[in-house]
Amino acid sequence: MTFSHDVVVVGAGGAGLMAALYAREGGADVGVVSKLHPLRSHTGAAQGGIAAALGNEEEDHWLWHAFDTVKGSDYLGDQDAIEALCKDAPRTIVELEHYGVPFSRNEKGKISQRRFGGHTRNFGEAPVKRACHAADRTGHTILHTLYDQCTKQGVRFYDEFQVLDLIMTEDGECAGVVAYEILTGEIHTFHAKQVCFATGGYGRAFKTTSNAHAGTGDGMAIALRNGIPLEDMEFVQFHPTGLYRLGILITEGARGEGGILRNAEGERFMERYAPTVKDLAPRDLISQCIYKEIREGRGIQGKDYVHLDLTHVGEEVLDKKLPEISEFSRTYMGINPKEEPIPVVPTCHYAMGGIPTDEDGHVERAERGSWVPGLFAVGECACVSIHGANRLGTNALLELVVFGRRAGMQMAKEVREGKDFSPLPDEPEQWTRDTLDRLLSNTRDEGEPIVKVRTDLQETMMENVSVFRNDDTLTTALDDIQEIRPRAHNVVVEDKGKRFNTDLMDAFEVECMVDYAESIAACARYRTESRGAHSREDHQNRNDDEWLHHTLYESDCGGEYEFDDKNVVITRFEPKERKY
Amino acid sequence: MNLNVEIKRYNPEEDEAPHWESYEVPAEPLDSALALLLHVKWHIDGTLALRKSCAHGVCGSDAMQINGENLLACSVLVQDLVGKDADGATITFAPLPAAPVVKDLVIDQSRFFEKYRDVKPWLITDGPAPERERTQSPEEHEVIEDATKCIMCGACTHACPSTWSDPDYLGPAAMLKAYRYTFDTRDDGAEERLDVVDSPDGLWKCYTIFNCNEACPKDIDITRWLSALKRKATAANVSSAA
Repeated sequence: MTFSHDVVVVGAGGAGLMAALYAREGGADVGVVSKLHPLRSHTGAAQGGIAAALGNEEEDHWLWHAFDTVKGSDYLGDQDAIEALCKDAPRTIVELEHYGVPFSRNEKGKISQRRFGGHTRNFGEAPVKRACHAADRTGHTILHTLYDQCTKQGVRFYDEFQVLDLIMTEDGECAGVVAYEILTGEIHTFHAKQVCFATGGYGRAFKTTSNAHAGTGDGMAIALRNGIPLEDMEFVQFHPTGLYRLGILITEGARGEGGILRNAEGERFMERYAPTVKDLAPRDLISQCIYKEIREGRGIQGKDYVHLDLTHVGEEVLDKKLPEISEFSRTYMGINPKEEPIPVVPTCHYAMGGIPTDEDGHVERAERGSWVPGLFAVGECACVSIHGANRLGTNALLELVVFGRRAGMQMAKEVREGKDFSPLPDEPEQWTRDTLDRLLSNTRDEGEPIVKVRTDLQETMMENVSVFRNDDTLTTALDDIQEIRPRAHNVVVEDKGKRFNTDLMDAFEVECMVDYAESIAACARYRTESRGAHSREDHQNRNDDEWLHHTLYESDCGGEYEFDDKNVVITRFEPKERKY
Repeated sequence: MNLNVEIKRYNPEEDEAPHWESYEVPAEPLDSALALLLHVKWHIDGTLALRKSCAHGVCGSDAMQINGENLLACSVLVQDLVGKDADGATITFAPLPAAPVVKDLVIDQSRFFEKYRDVKPWLITDGPAPERERTQSPEEHEVIEDATKCIMCGACTHACPSTWSDPDYLGPAAMLKAYRYTFDTRDDGAEERLDVVDSPDGLWKCYTIFNCNEACPKDIDITRWLSALKRKATAANVSSAA
């Protein structure tokens, strides 16, 4: 079937819903296509907060927020975009509050704010209370409220429709997407004047991750296959505090409320590495420090984890401000954080890189300085870039809302000004049909189970492309990926039916994972310096002379790829040594 | 240990009726019930259908009947279901009971979300918004906070005898949403929302049986909040009669 909308948004997390809402308010007819029901989106798992210099608790300024974000990015974030983000943050939070987001409140009845990693007052003096939150369910309340608002506004949802391809014209314009309806197994064309990818992150390429099963980076892989470059893919955030063995997130808000990381000796080791902000240093630094402690034999009981100690923060704080993570600790580890420290380990959490965009969500072409007509990207799948080499906690939710809104407004504005449908090419569904037919016809003689191929990929990425990397580990990963690619091509789909065939979608996702995993490993090998979350054991220093630029990556998704450099926008803050 | 995992399988396109299938699955006490299902899907039978996403109890995808109780598969551990040393024990998995089955453990949720939409689940305000946030005291916030934990998994609605007997009953999940907005001090929409829930298929088919409370994986005191909504509806009726 062919569906037609002015605007088709792909993905229904915070960024997608915000883009849909604003495109709709701007007069556009909007359809949202998502492989999950919107309320199952991973925005709902964001816990600790959303940043804005509201100053509800203590003095704060957007410029301090901007400085922290630039410094947090290890000077690789684009400062014009960062200024736009931080300036718009207070208005954004007020707007969310007006939509009905049930933020926690302080004694004055204003939105409550708490400390978070890397957020400081007066350009690095001391931690500042900037994270607006709804207990430790901030993302959940934002996701549900935005979905409620979209319901009110009559946004059309296509739930459990998985997008498998972009429709591009010969002139390089985007004409729509092809989607697979999971319920029926039908393939549909969505013809649109504007397409907006809000497809989320890719954590599932790593063995230990806080990401949902759905976090398989489909949007980035689909863009790459359609000739769109990816930016800064080497920068992968490992959140310092995932539950040991499981990777389930324990919010940085736990340290914002006073939690302390301790090694086997009971030492508060972050005091040594970041004497000013200690346990509230940014995530890249803390994850690296945890790995160092473990490597030097100070993991708990000699094992590969450390402790997050909340025993001193008090029952009231745990019950009121951190109820969810207290529950996770009890459910999954049998630990009551009031009485015992929580075993934690860094967990793959967030993609700093993604589809290159401008501040209004326009997607950059491979030919530099021009945009793909009809295509936008927002949220974790996009790279604006505000996070550079390392994202600060609470800036992701903020990014979804600020840039989702901007893209929604821009798409609607262009439609009002006459942006029309690009004509559909002949047989827009051909690639999708061929791909699904191939996957369905693979046989056990030549193919392996999906889980085996996926696990091999996740293991090599975890072993070789995680917190510390070097040329040897990255070469190993790239060799492994070359070996895994034909295996992913030939995986066996046991379910040959049409009805709710997630086996087939799993197979599709594994091939996506191979394509973007290669971009991560290749970009990481290309960048011979250490910056932010990209820590090279064989190139331990930041090298601004050669590497103060973004990486653009293009690939034929068959093992051939190339790199290009893109300037970093620097406005106010000249790169300096990064110390906390 | 090895467990006997029994799953109620049904593909309406191929099967005449639902039937139980058994699978032998290796398990550790700390494995989630979801891990058992994924073992079946990934290692034994790829045709098994289930919903899943976050795998730690916040997205609401995987509510189902496990050993006869409505639970989130990702949030219940093997040791909680059968103990730490239960080689050969059986765990059963069936779809939530009060909706058509799409396939295996996947149900059709379209009615469930229709009812959600029926209650006008959004903030309704009179007059222009202030420049800054609307204020709300921590005490006022606390009135709705418990209800805002809802993840719309459906465990409550599918545990309710009124839902079983009356497919048109709004059900606890939708009415909890009505409570969440109606008791929000920022909201002016009580009247329009009460119009919907103060009806034979609404509040008055809640017989305070507390099944919803027991089923809720987020431990929301649903019956209490629906009772508050009933009191509000009654008070509104009394004042309009006077």
